[in-house]
Amino acid sequence: MAEKVLMKGNEVLAEAALRAGCRFFFGYPITPQTELAAYMSKRMPKVGGTYLQAESEVAAINMVYGAAAAGARVMTSSSSPGISLKGEGVSYMAGADLPGVIINVQRGGPGLGGIQPSQSDYWQATRALGHGDFQMIVFAPSTVQEMADCAFDAFDAADKYRMPVMILADGMLGQMMEPVKLPEPRESAPEKPWATTGHQNKRAHNIVNSLYLQAEDLERYNRERFERYDYIKEHEQRAEEYLVEDADIVIVAFGASARVARSAVMSAREKGIKAGLIRPITLWPFPTKTIEAACSHAKHFLSVEMNMGQMVDDVRLAVNGRVPVHFFGRTGGVIPTPPEVLAEIEKLNGKAGE
Amino acid sequence: MATQSMVLAGFGGQGILFAGKLIAYAGLIEGREVSWLPSYGPEMRGGTANCSVTLSDEAIGSPLVVEPMVLMALNQPSLDKFVNAVLPDGIILADSAMVPNIPEVDGVKVCALPATTMAEEAGLKGLANVIMVGRLFAETGFCKRETLDAAIEKCVPPKKAAMIEKNKQALEIGIQSAQ
Repeated sequence: MAEKVLMKGNEVLAEAALRAGCRFFFGYPITPQTELAAYMSKRMPKVGGTYLQAESEVAAINMVYGAAAAGARVMTSSSSPGISLKGEGVSYMAGADLPGVIINVQRGGPGLGGIQPSQSDYWQATRALGHGDFQMIVFAPSTVQEMADCAFDAFDAADKYRMPVMILADGMLGQMMEPVKLPEPRESAPEKPWATTGHQNKRAHNIVNSLYLQAEDLERYNRERFERYDYIKEHEQRAEEYLVEDADIVIVAFGASARVARSAVMSAREKGIKAGLIRPITLWPFPTKTIEAACSHAKHFLSVEMNMGQMVDDVRLAVNGRVPVHFFGRTGGVIPTPPEVLAEIEKLNGKAGE
Repeated sequence: MATQSMVLAGFGGQGILFAGKLIAYAGLIEGREVSWLPSYGPEMRGGTANCSVTLSDEAIGSPLVVEPMVLMALNQPSLDKFVNAVLPDGIILADSAMVPNIPEVDGVKVCALPATTMAEEAGLKGLANVIMVGRLFAETGFCKRETLDAAIEKCVPPKKAAMIEKNKQALEIGIQSAQ
């Protein structure tokens, strides 16, 4: 069995991607994600892959498009402002049904914002990273081990559904070290008969394209894509539940803020308050089934985020008015503390008895 | 011994992150849950590089330690920044060669040792951080003695293997300083 090692989240994302068969990486440096690209620059040549620091984020994502079209397992990574620049390319990938993994190690925004951890790209990741009717699968790991596991799963999901997949991390997860057991390297890559690898007069042309000038054609492709999205919503929802079974107050939190929330839930339980935590691992598809199941006993939902209140929209949609939904967050790079979250829980617990 | 939360702080270059890594590896070797979180923001340029380290027998929630049981301070701004955050019954270790003003704190044990001077006198310049880890071990017993040596062997990169013995020496000096 593989030995556990102590590694930074950013480095683990890179190593796990290599083990998942990623052989092309295109990126551009930005704090707090740079260790990922630095690690790739060292390791990628040793496994016979291509590491390339592009002249810009826009160039990098279009290189991802190209490598994906040729059937490669490919990845890019950046942090919030850089991800915005990649938005156009990701939309093109979605329109051309191209698989690829995009990593966002989030920092505070908007604009250049700051360099401290943040979760303020939730809306961007789950609603509209680029123009047009499309979605990405979005994984939100909350431990370094889960970063390794999600990186592996992201490549598989991207290939299975032929779509871009995002791992939404943040500066805290990227910079921290935890013990991790790295996955065994993947021996074989999936067949991609649609890829543009040269037909050698043995088959018809494969075409990778996102331009459809006939409205009816474009509508048909979009409808087909959304049937795939419906299947994903049905089959790929993931969440972890912690002490939710009998909880009066159900916190919903992902990534780094879920760790803070977990500490607060433990303290609340010590005080006799029935608090629990639902931690979405996929942000799209959002784990609506887990949220709905908790509606039968929850008296309050509390969404805890490192932003001004974004995921709380999805919690409200899933709860659909059955139970009050509240929000607590810190933003701009400030990390909420367990005592702050506990205070919110205690406030709601006071209301629960009324 | 359920959970130990620590903040280590000093100037960049004093080896704060390495000291934290050493402690974290000791936890890993003993099969415990471990987290290590460095500061990487603007404070890195302002004199207080710091890192949070947590060792626990349970899954670790927030890796950001805001109320440490242990504060290791290698310069004055770091001590001043965190001194009031230390939990009751906690412990403060300060390098008195670098921290001129070390206050008494109610309910908190304060250990002052001139680690930087001790390192220089022993021909171990730059290893004050490891001396401090040795003293921390002597004060808290956060791991087994032999685990510390094993952690050093894990943390010193192969290119600097010659430093392993010196690190072990520094550890021992720190441990002995508690006698």
